[in-house]
Amino acid sequence: MTAATDTSTKTDMSAKKARRFKPDRDVEEWHGGYLPYDLVKEFIIAFLVVAVLVVGLAVIFSSPDETPVTVKSWSTSDPVDFAQTAITELDGTSGTATYGPPYNATTGASQSIGPFSPESWLGVHHPINTANDYVIDPLKTLPNQPGVAAAVAEYNGASSEQQAAWTAAYEKAVANATAKNGVLQVPKGDYGPVGTMIGALTSMARSGALDGALLSSRQFYGTDYTKPLLFIADGAYLANLAQNQHLSGDQWGMMNETGNYPGQAWLWLYTLWYQVPPMNSSSSGDLQVWAIMMVLTLLLALVPFIPGLRSIPRWSRVYRLIWRQHYRDLAGASPT
Amino acid sequence: MTIDTDAPTKVAADLPQDAGQLSAKLRHAAVEALPPERLMPDRQPTYVASWIYVFGVLTVSALAVVILTGVVLAIFGPAWWHVSPTGHFVNSLHLWSVEVFFFAMVIHLWGKFFMAAWRGRRRATWVTGVVAFVVSVGTAFTGYLSQQNFDSQWISTQAKDGINSTGAGAIFNVTNFGQMLMWHIVLLPLAVGLIVGGHVLLVRRRGVVPPFAPPGDAPPDVKAVPVADLTPKGDDR
Repeated sequence: MTAATDTSTKTDMSAKKARRFKPDRDVEEWHGGYLPYDLVKEFIIAFLVVAVLVVGLAVIFSSPDETPVTVKSWSTSDPVDFAQTAITELDGTSGTATYGPPYNATTGASQSIGPFSPESWLGVHHPINTANDYVIDPLKTLPNQPGVAAAVAEYNGASSEQQAAWTAAYEKAVANATAKNGVLQVPKGDYGPVGTMIGALTSMARSGALDGALLSSRQFYGTDYTKPLLFIADGAYLANLAQNQHLSGDQWGMMNETGNYPGQAWLWLYTLWYQVPPMNSSSSGDLQVWAIMMVLTLLLALVPFIPGLRSIPRWSRVYRLIWRQHYRDLAGASPT
Repeated sequence: MTIDTDAPTKVAADLPQDAGQLSAKLRHAAVEALPPERLMPDRQPTYVASWIYVFGVLTVSALAVVILTGVVLAIFGPAWWHVSPTGHFVNSLHLWSVEVFFFAMVIHLWGKFFMAAWRGRRRATWVTGVVAFVVSVGTAFTGYLSQQNFDSQWISTQAKDGINSTGAGAIFNVTNFGQMLMWHIVLLPLAVGLIVGGHVLLVRRRGVVPPFAPPGDAPPDVKAVPVADLTPKGDDR
């Protein structure tokens, strides 16, 4: 038996350069038998098998399609959570307001591993000013609402200290808010025009007008839902629904799907890292998980080039199972 | 009118003065790399006798179903499957073909790992296979983001943190439905198609990796055979 070796450099037929045969890199040329093989027939049969299997699975299990959450459905189902979220958008303490790049330039919000912080290097690319984009600008679109317009003007005309005092007072009050027949009831407090503003925004949201206002700042045909999605995600309502659907991060949410569907099971390793320390509690956990996954993916792609790693198949001897018939034939043909 | 049955010969005359033609060079390189008998073989070595070999062709078959069902969804538009029972069924076919695709692909990948299928100048085959898997994960992910339902809302608002942390969020905005749909139905399928196509051609070019020599067999290196002599006639470089 001769050997066909891996000669990545160009071979000079006249050169008598010997290279050591490495079993995890080289192969011996096959001089054994061959059997008839119809590639096209094999593909046709495989395609038909897969098609029948897929039709069967689709008929039996269908596919999930949970109704999306809108700002209207959120503010109607849970107006208190909506108002509590809206005030954090106005005073700049919400998740989105303090996120950092690519939405805003919040200092120290970028994730990093030592000096490595690509998030901050690339900066703000989808700017969001939560006070203006989620509260003030939508309220300005309300027609025939002189009381709301006056409240917005009063708020905008006040000093930042006064604004902070009003929003802090409202935040304290709305923590004890209730919803009576779906209508927001906020305890009285010294929150100036903010009560009128958040009340009007809640009414606007319940009417469905805020869904449109968050998109219409761009153009007629909107396909970018970044602003409404981040607003909804700042509240607890979406997360509670996800929790009920076993989709939270601590429930291996990224690989799950609504209902009892397999979801993106191939993300199991990515999701696994979010369950273990320090990634599950680190403020840079996402970057750490991505760094790990990038290194592991690179290792997988480069297995053939990495001594030791590329020997695992030979050491494991799993190949004896795969080629058991071949080794049986060899043993049968052996003179011993 | 007569039919010129010699036309194929005439259109590829291979005259010396045409040797510098890019078309001629490309044809020669392609035929040399993948002669017809290697591209469409009718024999295979006897060691190719395990169910594990089925998962490569099952993966390609599932990809074909994924593409076909995706084309139907694309014809009727992204909202169709939410309002039409037929559309919902096609979406179910699309979903389950993706599940079968990944199931077959992962088994194929680990099967090839335990065969050390990169041996004998097959490293590029392995690397393109891994890249195909990674790009497929991205394609499926953007599909989940393009569903326009609660699932896509939740996945996008959760996944944004990971993507943003790498800096990629600056240009790859997972909460931008239009952008994700374009990646899902144009860019990433094109990439998967090209990579899988290249992977399959490499498999055809290099053939199926032979088994390890049984333990105890003397490896060829004991004779320190020159590289030139080790390369059998007619084998690829």
